[in-house]
Amino acid sequence: MADHISSSGEGHGSVGSYLTGFVLAVILTVAAFGLVMSHAMSPSATGGAIALLAVVQIVVHLIYFLHMNGSSEQRWNVMAFTFTVLSVLVLVAGTMFIMHDTSINMMSR
Amino acid sequence: MFGKLTLSAIPYDVPILVGTFIGAAIAGLAVVGLITYYGKWGYLWREWLTSVDHKRIGVMYIVVALVALFRGFADAIMMRSQLALAYAGNPGYLPPHHYDQIFSAHGTIMIFFMAMAFMQGLMNIVVPLQIGARDVAFPFVNTLSFWMTTISFLLVNVSLFIGEFSQCGWLAYPPLSEQQFSPGVGVDYYIWAVQLSGVGTLLTGVNFFATIVKMRAPGMTYMRMPVFTWTIFCTTVLIMVAFPILTVAMGLLGLDRYLGMHFFTNDGGGNQMLYLSVIWGWGHPEVYILVLPAFGAFSEITQTFSRKPLFGYKTMVYATASIMVLSLVVWVHHFFTMGAGPNVNAFFGIMTMIIAVPTGVKIFNWLFTMYKGRIEFHATMYWVIGFMITFSIGGMTGVMLAIPASDFVLHNSLFVIAHFHNVIIGGVYFGYVAAMNFWFPKSFGFKLNEAWGKRAFWCWFIGFYVAFMPLYVVGFEGMTRRMNHYDNPEWHPWLLIAEVGAVLIACGIVCQLTQLYVSIRDRNLAENRDLTGDPWNARTLEWSTSSPPPFYNFAILPEVHELDAFAHDKEAGIDTRRAGGDYQPIHMPKNTACGFLIGAFSFVLGFGAIWYIWWLAAVGLIGVIATVIARSADNDVDYYVPVSEVARIEQEHTHNLMAAQAAE
Repeated sequence: MADHISSSGEGHGSVGSYLTGFVLAVILTVAAFGLVMSHAMSPSATGGAIALLAVVQIVVHLIYFLHMNGSSEQRWNVMAFTFTVLSVLVLVAGTMFIMHDTSINMMSR
Repeated sequence: MFGKLTLSAIPYDVPILVGTFIGAAIAGLAVVGLITYYGKWGYLWREWLTSVDHKRIGVMYIVVALVALFRGFADAIMMRSQLALAYAGNPGYLPPHHYDQIFSAHGTIMIFFMAMAFMQGLMNIVVPLQIGARDVAFPFVNTLSFWMTTISFLLVNVSLFIGEFSQCGWLAYPPLSEQQFSPGVGVDYYIWAVQLSGVGTLLTGVNFFATIVKMRAPGMTYMRMPVFTWTIFCTTVLIMVAFPILTVAMGLLGLDRYLGMHFFTNDGGGNQMLYLSVIWGWGHPEVYILVLPAFGAFSEITQTFSRKPLFGYKTMVYATASIMVLSLVVWVHHFFTMGAGPNVNAFFGIMTMIIAVPTGVKIFNWLFTMYKGRIEFHATMYWVIGFMITFSIGGMTGVMLAIPASDFVLHNSLFVIAHFHNVIIGGVYFGYVAAMNFWFPKSFGFKLNEAWGKRAFWCWFIGFYVAFMPLYVVGFEGMTRRMNHYDNPEWHPWLLIAEVGAVLIACGIVCQLTQLYVSIRDRNLAENRDLTGDPWNARTLEWSTSSPPPFYNFAILPEVHELDAFAHDKEAGIDTRRAGGDYQPIHMPKNTACGFLIGAFSFVLGFGAIWYIWWLAAVGLIGVIATVIARSADNDVDYYVPVSEVARIEQEHTHNLMAAQAAE
């Protein structure tokens, strides 16, 4: 029931902030494609580099498109997001830990 | 034209299924006939099936849960009877093909459609009332959640009569569940039922999280929230974390089966062991999703019938929150024997044992709440005390299984079956039944019959021990689960005893049905009516409004000054309702058929995809999308209840209250 129709708790960006975000996102995307297509680095270094660019890309999206910041209206978003990241990390890292250990232990690798 | 669906998919040569079909058809026709005879179709459609009222949706959830309980229990007693018979020369009456479907369906139905539906029903009925809100944050999403769960349950039941159900156990481990080894439609029924009901559950999680964060009554800070609301809050967080994992696991398995991919196959570079890790990443939080609300209900009931505030409210909250976090880091204990090394197993074994600490804290909190309280041995309280004993035993066998070394002996044995029924029946089911007895008068305005409630309890309590303690024994003696036939003479007497236990539990279910019947028959007797809205002299806000509550719950939103707001108001002589106060028009959502329609189209989509009838699946998918667009474009979704109507309803309740006080 929408008793609170007023948009408290939702940040709205300006045209400028959306443009900044868009330009940053484009630069990061082009950089990732460029790295792969130019073969400037070794394959493993390229993998690491595009992973890093992807993480920065996520942060750019969060700040400029999802309006996440440290203000009090955003506290719930930030908290929920932190918890999400934490549980995803637990699951991903945990699964890697388990599967790696299983492979070693079962001598399948 | 009809994909895989041919006439041979109808199992008319299996007498048990034909009998079941005839029984179900007669019962269905009787219900349809009665509704038609009393001319209630319009009422049913307008007031219930299209309702967005959280109280009605909650009741419908619990009706679905009780039907699922009936179906799941029928499966259970068939399995126990098979094992009581199928010894040595006797093959029993269920061939493996049928038996395997029954144990898979039993687990799937009991978890997804009995327990989950019951839990969502309870949270629907109680949470908005308990936090002093008029509805949930997204009423339309609420009806959608309900219909997604219901049509998924329908899909599972359709598999009884058209085709077959999964034979791979309730979690469908690959490689058995892959196309190569399960070429039939059984696993596809399973995948679609779980996937569609998962959508409903996830939406419920988001909905109630938003409701609790945003819609608490003025003054209700987090540390003034009732314990039940706290447990639901943690449950919704777990739903939002865990259910996407289930969706991914089912999605990948579906891609393997439908598009020939190789996520979990051995050839093509897949790894079936990854499935175990992923599915239990959901599966372990899931059991806490189920049991935390039961803990919340026990807390409310214990404090109410001990006539004392809950002992250690804060530790209860912290214990709930730590269980919420810890439940995400214990999932390997379901597959210690998979082949991971001692590092992995030791870590997850220790985490599992740690989770027993906050749970122990809760048990002591309930005990200390009862200590020196004026305990009223109401039927509801029987379930609570039965729970504490049973759940403690189940917890201890759980800690035994948490030791990887002993798990290597007991893994996949009936000891495990005994353990998790011990915590799920003793914890989850007892909790939900206690909650149903406790909150029933709030929903309907009359109490459930106590004598039949106590009879049901004793049948369930004794029946549980007779049915499952023997399974601990045969588990120690090496009997594995999911076995269709055995030759070991040492197991036979124990399995006969277990069969007796199953019959006792059947008596318990009959007592519960009788309890419902007797209570409805005697609903107008003065001692059963609840005119005050507070039949138990309880402590939280849901009891401050009438029973059943008006559709808007609270004419004036209550103001909260303390924990247990209603108890505080009663002591201080404050009228929580502020009857006759300054009423305002109340903003309410309109009923909608969209939830029902999206559910119906999803059913068509699922059924078409299961049988590879692609045009039908396309019809379903387009129907879902079209309904969503139509609903999004509809602006006529709310209205205002005029002050005159609010005043009239409130005056009626005030009148009832005064009459009840005069009668005392």
